[in-house]
Amino acid sequence: MAEETLKTKKKTTKKRAAPEGFVPNIVAFACNWCSYAGADTAGVNRMQHSPNFRVIRTMCSGRVTPGFVLKALKLGADGVLVSGCHFGDCHYIFGNHEAVKQFEKTKALVKTLGLDEKRIRLEWVSAAEGNRWAELIDEFVGQITALGPSPLNHKPKSGK
Amino acid sequence: MDAAIDKLKKSRAFLCLECGKCTAVCPISRFNNSYSPRRLVAAGLFYGGEELLSDRLLWSCLTCQLCSQRCPVDVKYSEYMRDVRAAAYATGQWGNPSHGGALLHIMEMVAEPKLRQRRTDWIGDDLKVKKKGDVLYFVGCLPYYEDLFAKDFDFSPLSIARDTVKILNRLGIEPVVLENERCCGHDLYWLGQLEKFDELGRLNMKEIEAAGAKTVVTACPECALALKRLYRERLGEVGFEVKHIAELVDQRKDDLGFKELPADVTYQDPCRLGRYQGIYDEPRRALSSIPGVKLREMPRNRRGAICCGTTNWMNCDATSKQIQRSRLSEAKATGATTLVTACPKCQIHFRCAGCGEESERIDINVTDFVNIVASALEG
Repeated sequence: MAEETLKTKKKTTKKRAAPEGFVPNIVAFACNWCSYAGADTAGVNRMQHSPNFRVIRTMCSGRVTPGFVLKALKLGADGVLVSGCHFGDCHYIFGNHEAVKQFEKTKALVKTLGLDEKRIRLEWVSAAEGNRWAELIDEFVGQITALGPSPLNHKPKSGK
Repeated sequence: MDAAIDKLKKSRAFLCLECGKCTAVCPISRFNNSYSPRRLVAAGLFYGGEELLSDRLLWSCLTCQLCSQRCPVDVKYSEYMRDVRAAAYATGQWGNPSHGGALLHIMEMVAEPKLRQRRTDWIGDDLKVKKKGDVLYFVGCLPYYEDLFAKDFDFSPLSIARDTVKILNRLGIEPVVLENERCCGHDLYWLGQLEKFDELGRLNMKEIEAAGAKTVVTACPECALALKRLYRERLGEVGFEVKHIAELVDQRKDDLGFKELPADVTYQDPCRLGRYQGIYDEPRRALSSIPGVKLREMPRNRRGAICCGTTNWMNCDATSKQIQRSRLSEAKATGATTLVTACPKCQIHFRCAGCGEESERIDINVTDFVNIVASALEG
């Protein structure tokens, strides 16, 4: 019974995420204090959202330097999401300001590399905003699906 | 094992006398006494195996060639390091890349043929470049340095690129600038990543040949070394001549016409330009030909020059900082107000050493050879 529901669930989510037969691979860096807990909230509350992302927990979004994002892209990620606490909410007070600084550099590098800037995104999600996390993931998956596979993704997955 | 022995023969490590001159001059050993080139050679020759390959200090070597200068039997230590690193990498070892590994990731990413980079946005209307022609300007990693370092270190790496084109234009040369130039692969070569290096080299050679270039000019000693020597060594004959901008400026300094530029400068020999390519006098002659420029020498210069503290974007640590600070103090002690270097990486590293506490700062300007030549151009 449980297996059956899992199967049907998989089918529906795949359908939603893959209008053109391409299923993006997304890496999401989430900070320990807000966004990772936000993703947890979304999961605990059984909020339906696309499953094409892998979360990597970092202690702070400010730790996510260009190297992190570039490595994900190098290994074939179609999109990278960096997520932290809202301004004023940062556990380390100024960590998310550092995240903005690092992300600006990352954006410039991604642009010079000739990848679409829309492949990377910086967002703020608090621990209570489970629904926002779910919406954000769905929206980002849609955005990356529209862009198509990254030129560095050698094995683009197909939904069919 | 035989292959490993062949490699040791090639780098002449078998001839090591264990005299220890390498360790005596090594800039890293000076500040970190657990690092010793002699010990690493001995470990490879006598004990071999895992202990050497898993040594974290393996990745600290600057491949600056200072030890090889002093070696009585001419052990090619940098090449030995390259081969040991390749073997270490094969067993899953890797150093501690600086800047979160961003630059090493970029080098590997641009080896992807499908990637179309956007790296020529810096060319303004005042600069004349062509799509095809005899002379090609190989920019190197400067656009990426601009994105990564310009804000932190308060200087524009791309100003080196702009000034190089300005100098070439002044000489009546309209250089080709490749839209999709790749990294030259120099750093990957010395880190033992020879397959990736070959991939990058082939892509670059194809692009350069397609542009119809006979001469390649570059303002980066590492690109110059890779294009001049390493591509020949790994990929066979190349159909173009390679010049560092210092050679070109020295050859044609009379055509440039310098104005008076009062400056007290000292010159840092980048290891890839000096010890690797033997270009010591060209930049010095070019600088001295600018009226008003007074060139002072540091005590350790030319063949004995000290490296800027870290190479290949690997294992930058407290030792690197100490090397940089001692070099900056040496430059300051000459009485010069500006330290001129011909390598963009040296400049980044010296500027980085200048960050930090106000009380610890060493008050000396750091600038590139190209920038100082361009600011002395008339008009």
